[in-house]
Amino acid sequence: MRIGLFVPCYIDAFFPEVGIATLELLERFGHEVVYPRDQTCCGQPMANSGFNAECADTEALFVRNFSGFDYVVAPSGSCVHHVRANLDAIEQTLEVKEVRARTFEVVEFLHDIQKADAFPWAKFPHRVGLHNSCGTLRQLKHAAPSELHEPFFSKPMDLLSKVEGIQFVTPARPDECCGFGGTFSVFEEVVSTKMGYDKVSDHARAGAEYIVSADSSCLMHQQGCAERIGVPMKFIHIAQILNGASA
Amino acid sequence: MSASPAMLHPELLAPDDAESIHRNGRRLDHAEGVSKPLRAKPEPQPRGAKVHGNRPIDQAEAAARFIAAPEHEKMHDERLWDLRQKRDRQMHGIPEWEELRSLASAIKAHTLTNLDEYLDQFEANARSNGVVVHWARDAAEHNRIVHGILKDHGAKSLIKSKSMLTEECGFRPYMAAVGIEVIETDLGERIQQLDHEDPSHIVVPAVHKLRTDVAQVFARTIGTDPDNSNVHYLAESQREATRPLILAADAGMTGCNFAVAETGSVVVCTNEGNADLSANVPKLHIASIGIEKIIPRLEHLAVFVRLLSRSALGSPVTQYTSHFRGPHEGGEMHFVLVDNGRSARLGMAEFWTSLKCIRCGACMNTCPVYRRSGGLSYGATYSGPIGLIIDPTFNRHKYTNLPFASTLNGSCTNVCPVKINIHEQIYAWRRELVKQHETPFVKKALMKTMGELLSRPAAYRAAIAAADVALAHLPRFVIYNGLNAWGKHREMMHPPKQTFHSWYHANRGDKR
Repeated sequence: MRIGLFVPCYIDAFFPEVGIATLELLERFGHEVVYPRDQTCCGQPMANSGFNAECADTEALFVRNFSGFDYVVAPSGSCVHHVRANLDAIEQTLEVKEVRARTFEVVEFLHDIQKADAFPWAKFPHRVGLHNSCGTLRQLKHAAPSELHEPFFSKPMDLLSKVEGIQFVTPARPDECCGFGGTFSVFEEVVSTKMGYDKVSDHARAGAEYIVSADSSCLMHQQGCAERIGVPMKFIHIAQILNGASA
Repeated sequence: MSASPAMLHPELLAPDDAESIHRNGRRLDHAEGVSKPLRAKPEPQPRGAKVHGNRPIDQAEAAARFIAAPEHEKMHDERLWDLRQKRDRQMHGIPEWEELRSLASAIKAHTLTNLDEYLDQFEANARSNGVVVHWARDAAEHNRIVHGILKDHGAKSLIKSKSMLTEECGFRPYMAAVGIEVIETDLGERIQQLDHEDPSHIVVPAVHKLRTDVAQVFARTIGTDPDNSNVHYLAESQREATRPLILAADAGMTGCNFAVAETGSVVVCTNEGNADLSANVPKLHIASIGIEKIIPRLEHLAVFVRLLSRSALGSPVTQYTSHFRGPHEGGEMHFVLVDNGRSARLGMAEFWTSLKCIRCGACMNTCPVYRRSGGLSYGATYSGPIGLIIDPTFNRHKYTNLPFASTLNGSCTNVCPVKINIHEQIYAWRRELVKQHETPFVKKALMKTMGELLSRPAAYRAAIAAADVALAHLPRFVIYNGLNAWGKHREMMHPPKQTFHSWYHANRGDKR
């Protein structure tokens, strides 16, 4: 398949290794992966702050960049959610609708479309706490949230379980929000960081060496919080583990 | 003082929780209720949002002060998380839980869609039961009507049970101004009344207070020992002080959880039995009813009663579910049906389903922002997630910041027993408020710049390069100053040697 690789702005700037892991991982499954050079962002930062009109040009650029691929894949749940559910500042032409419907977060792409059943190149002999970001958990429905009466399932855990040596630990509040929340992290920084402190402490108490997530934005926030209060925790994106990162 | 379980505040009990039963069959108190104070001098209670007339409430500022009081913040977060966990356990005991939620949501949708009909039916049936029915367009009319009824009876004192509607109407200040004494009978609400503070939660109004705070309030107002914060002592002292006022009151007032159209009756759910005292001790009973409280038939009540207390406190049912149908012999019963913005909200395409709310507070208990901010930080009658979507309907300017006090995590929507899409409405309110120019200029300028930058790849690339350089080379003190909200309580990102973009260019340069 011909896949357009969407590398969200903060991953491009701060976590290039996550973009590289996603690219290589998709290539391991034999896909032709293209990174459109003119991509910037999906518009989510403005949209989540209520500024929908201000997103229009960015959204139009996104559609121009990602039109015509079989799938668009990104290592970020919240960006994918924006594209699929809220990219509506521009006219909803057939092209726009196509791009929106074909955009997938990397875990759901591997789980639902690729139906990947083995990662023989991957080995991760560490204790990890899984952080399902709210965007992946409650919007993209990666897993069963604790609030609902429904059978347990977890797409990220299904994939990670296929990695040799990995051990899971469970924090006391497994799907409590970590407090990032996009611009919330700066406009309500005290509450945001308190939530972050509580989140990383919860994982540390559960014995996690790593917090692993499908959203680097949550990890970026949690890392800043952990470093500030001196919690010795490492952070890694799920695509890196699945692509065979050793540590 | 002996600690008979009957004397405990029901919110301190966990009726469903097997682990909390003593060997002798008595229930344990909530841990906070019996723990030793952490230090000799109690931490002062953080107060709520600063209210300056119609100026926008700064929720973030008040939340920061709440977090700066760690004993309060920790107790509050853990206490409400405990309620959330009890709710989850109750949910798992009901196989048809999700079906019940769908049913409740559908009953409310149907009723709100045919509200005029059901209100007429309710009014007619209530009248035939001998109830006097009044209609109030807004808060002021509600207060005037109730005052009029009290004046007609020469009533000078009124006992009442908890009602968020009367909070909404500013009822107590109004009554104080016209010289009528109002006595709240719900323990939490009474604490808040004595402390001249609004309720911070719609079910547990004083949940933000430590028992040492309550000891201070009672010492000041009913003469208890300020150093004795034993919960049994405090609860009993309040009971002794309030009971004579209840017995002597001229009139009683309740709110309403459900108004049943088919019977013309009002249903009130409480844990302390205080609504029954308020309604039954005096001859005159007035019930204030929001028009959205209507349900069509008595059989529908079963759906809501199964959901309400399980969602709210994680108990199977409230201790009392009282039906009020008509006046006592020789007495009078008045229903005041209040609109106060509800019919306008019913006409709002994106927000009308917020009228389904049954005021269980589950969204507050689960909200990670609310648990760490305290309900008073919202500076509004309704706090937490449901407050974020209801408060702006009363005043868009004053409550313009509230929809931003959320991470949009969506937990509120998942716990809501009537399936209100709360977090989607929060998102919709942000759009709405920006459209109506209710956002600060700085934010607007920032968003406009971002929008322009992110739609021009070349300019964006130049800016990213500059940001990297800045993060890598600026001395620490420049980054961690008062203007840098990210870095105040968090470390900055560690910029990599190159962006993904430049890595790709260097390593996969041959591709498009």
